[in-house]
Amino acid sequence: MSQSYNRGTVEDFGRWREFTAGMWAWIFHKFTGWVLVGYLFTHIAVLSTSVGVDPASAQAGSDLYTSTLSGLESLLIVRFLEVGLLAVAVFHILNGIRLLMVDLGVGLESQDKSFYASLLLTGAIVVASVPTFLGGKLV
Amino acid sequence: MAQHYSSFDRGGRRWLFQRLTAVFLIGVLAFHFMLLHFVNHASDITFLGTQARMSQVSYFATMWLFLVTATFHGVNGVYNALVNQGLTGSQKNAVKYMLGIAGLLLVVQGTRVSLAMTTLV
Ligand code: HEM
Ligand code: HEM
Repeated sequence: MSQSYNRGTVEDFGRWREFTAGMWAWIFHKFTGWVLVGYLFTHIAVLSTSVGVDPASAQAGSDLYTSTLSGLESLLIVRFLEVGLLAVAVFHILNGIRLLMVDLGVGLESQDKSFYASLLLTGAIVVASVPTFLGGKLV
Repeated sequence: MAQHYSSFDRGGRRWLFQRLTAVFLIGVLAFHFMLLHFVNHASDITFLGTQARMSQVSYFATMWLFLVTATFHGVNGVYNALVNQGLTGSQKNAVKYMLGIAGLLLVVQGTRVSLAMTTLV
């Protein structure tokens, strides 16, 4: 348990060819985390179309918020981006749970396995969700 | 300890809050995806549907807490990553305030949005 490995710093991205599973997990977790914050800012900007919605047009379903969201959802590219977002979010959640377990000292010896399991499970969930994400009305 | 990569100083305050918000986010983020892609199809979202959900006290409270915790977790995560990359001194302070202000603005705007979506107030 107390032996230390000197693998150099993981911050040297240029050494990616020598990376171990743990280093990949660290990089993927960063990348997905940054994508999620970026999305959050965009998300609130889009949802801001709900501010000052006219009640009459909301009843008719022609208000700015409804038309902005359904307009976005009608674009195939947005559907693909959403599948990408799902993949990013699912990986960040599963790998995040793995990190929390590691912090609690659970499964320290099987970190590589649990990282591969996160990847596989992310892939499976994403593939299974594709029909739902791409289905529904597209223009 | 077995090899373990983290950008955070284990046991520090940023580390702790990152983990506490993460635990909460696991549940809400999964719930959010399920609700808006499977229960309600994303392409069927309307203002009235959003308003009906956001006018329930528990849903409103959950979403607002989601906003606050996700913003904190995201901004704290970015700040920490930059500090971990070796940011120090006045650069570090500048980044701290910029991210702090960006996070605050996001919460303020998100709160305005959530108020616009509800009939509770
Ligand atoms: C593509 C997937 C997503 C869709 C379709 C979606 C859609 C929505 C919608 C329609 C609302 C308004 C509330 C409602 O109608 O019930 C909402 C609120 C919210 N979403 Fe998402 N969302 C998605 C992903 C995400 C992700 C990944 C995050 C976190 C990073 C997030 C964070 C939030 C927050 C914090 C609110 C509350 C906003 C406020 O209180 O002002 N959403 N979302
Ligand atoms: C849903 C459950 C989530 C879990 C379990 C989780 C877990 C974690 C954990 C444990 C870390 C620390 C990694 C380390 O020690 O280096 C982290 C970092 C981070 N998370 Fe999350 N997170 C979640 C959701 C989110 C959301 C919704 C966002 C975006 C708003 C986000 C953005 C970030 C960012 C930006 C970092 C820093 C990445 C870096 O080091 O560069 N996370 N997350």
